[in-house]
Amino acid sequence: MAEKKTIFQEFSKGLLKENPVLRLVLGTCPTLATTTSLESAIGMGLSAAIVLVCSNIVISALRKVIPSKVRIPCYIVVIAGFVTIVQMLVKAYLPALNDMLGVYLPLIVVNCIILGRAEAFAGKNSVIRSAADGLGMGIGFTCALIIMGGIRELLGAGKLLGFQVLPETIPPMTIFVLAPGGFFVFGIVMACANRLAEKKGKPKAELHSCCSCPMAASCSLKDSDDKCENEKKEAAE
Amino acid sequence: MSEENIKLTVSPSPHKRSVDTTRSIMLDVIIALMPALIMSVVLFGFRSLLVTAVSVLSCVLFEYIARKVMKRDNTIGDLSAVVTGILLAFNLPSTMPIWMVIIGDAVAIIVAKQFFGGIGQNFVNPALAGRIVLMTSFANAMSDYPAPFAWRNIAVDAVTSATPLSQMTSVYKAGDIDAAINAAGLPTLTNMFFGVREGCLGETCAVALLLGFIYLLIRKVISPVIPLCFVGTVAVIMLIAGKGSLTFTAYQLLSGGLLLGAIFMATDYTTSPISTKGKIIFAVGCGIVTSLIRIFGNLPEGVSFSIILMNILVPHIEHLTTPKPFGTLKEKKEKKEAAA
Repeated sequence: MAEKKTIFQEFSKGLLKENPVLRLVLGTCPTLATTTSLESAIGMGLSAAIVLVCSNIVISALRKVIPSKVRIPCYIVVIAGFVTIVQMLVKAYLPALNDMLGVYLPLIVVNCIILGRAEAFAGKNSVIRSAADGLGMGIGFTCALIIMGGIRELLGAGKLLGFQVLPETIPPMTIFVLAPGGFFVFGIVMACANRLAEKKGKPKAELHSCCSCPMAASCSLKDSDDKCENEKKEAAE
Repeated sequence: MSEENIKLTVSPSPHKRSVDTTRSIMLDVIIALMPALIMSVVLFGFRSLLVTAVSVLSCVLFEYIARKVMKRDNTIGDLSAVVTGILLAFNLPSTMPIWMVIIGDAVAIIVAKQFFGGIGQNFVNPALAGRIVLMTSFANAMSDYPAPFAWRNIAVDAVTSATPLSQMTSVYKAGDIDAAINAAGLPTLTNMFFGVREGCLGETCAVALLLGFIYLLIRKVISPVIPLCFVGTVAVIMLIAGKGSLTFTAYQLLSGGLLLGAIFMATDYTTSPISTKGKIIFAVGCGIVTSLIRIFGNLPEGVSFSIILMNILVPHIEHLTTPKPFGTLKEKKEKKEAAA
């Protein structure tokens, strides 16, 4: 992080190299829950991307006003504001999508990716950079969801966006729309993304450890406490 | 003998070596599975031989391709893929469409085995992973059991019907269990023992599976702990659940894939504990989960799920049952000392 990245690099890193779902492994729960069909995956991805860009801009603009001790509640208020707007719009214009996403739409408030970008990026960088970062991360998230949703709907239901693609004589593999199939697809897509990202000769993504994640306490995927203590010691040295 | 010729070989442990190789052990397992394969052809026709052959071929092929793509050594020579292929086929009805068999093989070899590093690294039994994926995906095809001898048109009831195991669930729910068994029109216990019943192609013939079990015991390929504890636990629980009915217990032991699972799949080296104490915990756990699923679950059969579940717990069982090296202090004391 010695050299300052260009605006375009801030944008493009979210697409593959630091793809939030496939490389940083954030937001796994909505990813697995909403990729049962392509339609809900697109809806979830775009809603989260809109909230991410808007909240990144506002948080970045307010970063000098927000006292660091209460920054997390402030971020949550900003994010919740945008989620409410998105939720109302979806309810008004796309009620079917609202039913499909269910509780995952309001849960964008506590989405690891959005809070993670606010904490790790928007709170420290200028508005334009934060907007580029949010846009890249949002598109990266949406793309990952579309890939997974497409695979799962095609194999699990034989359809794409509700249209029959595979001939009906082939019974679909129901497991792909169930949770275990979601994990299979997630793992395989993640492996492919790692392969692609490392093939280009780029260094491995700088993984943000869970120790600084504001949701570590309630997150079941966090690192062990020992690792955090080691990191703290290293930082102290 | 001059002194110059006396050599003192200094080498690190292990000093005791066995002539067994992965290949020889897998070959023994394949031989032990042969009686069941022959019986499946007798009972369900050449279609079961076809399913097994396709399964073995595609397992070996997927293993070869996966190792090639991942740039690892070729391991098809150790025959473990052949065993996986046979075991997966044994867990399928003989009417299974061939392309579904191939999908199951792909899941077993590529997803469950090679993604985790190949033989010795898989965290669950590959054949069972393949079976469970097929069962959750193609529930209809997986429960389309042909009647025995239907292929020769000599069966009294050639229509595909419920397996004895699925009938047992309703028997259990009835008040008077012995009366319900008589009313359900189950195959006789002798028929059950010789495999003349509906079921997956390799699981029905108890005699053939027991022959394989004895062969493996004589060759010392498996220890009897896991199969005996597994089957014993199921027997005890079923005896209690059946209110002491021995017939009910016998039907439970001979139906479903209990013997196949207990003898050939729960004993897989990679996915079962090493120590005898660990093996007992593992096998009793398998028996309890199997019985609970059979009695209370929505699915009639619980053997494959119970083995997979206990496979996942094996590292923890190993951790709990690691024997204390001779002459060392108890682990707790060491920890306290380290903390102080």
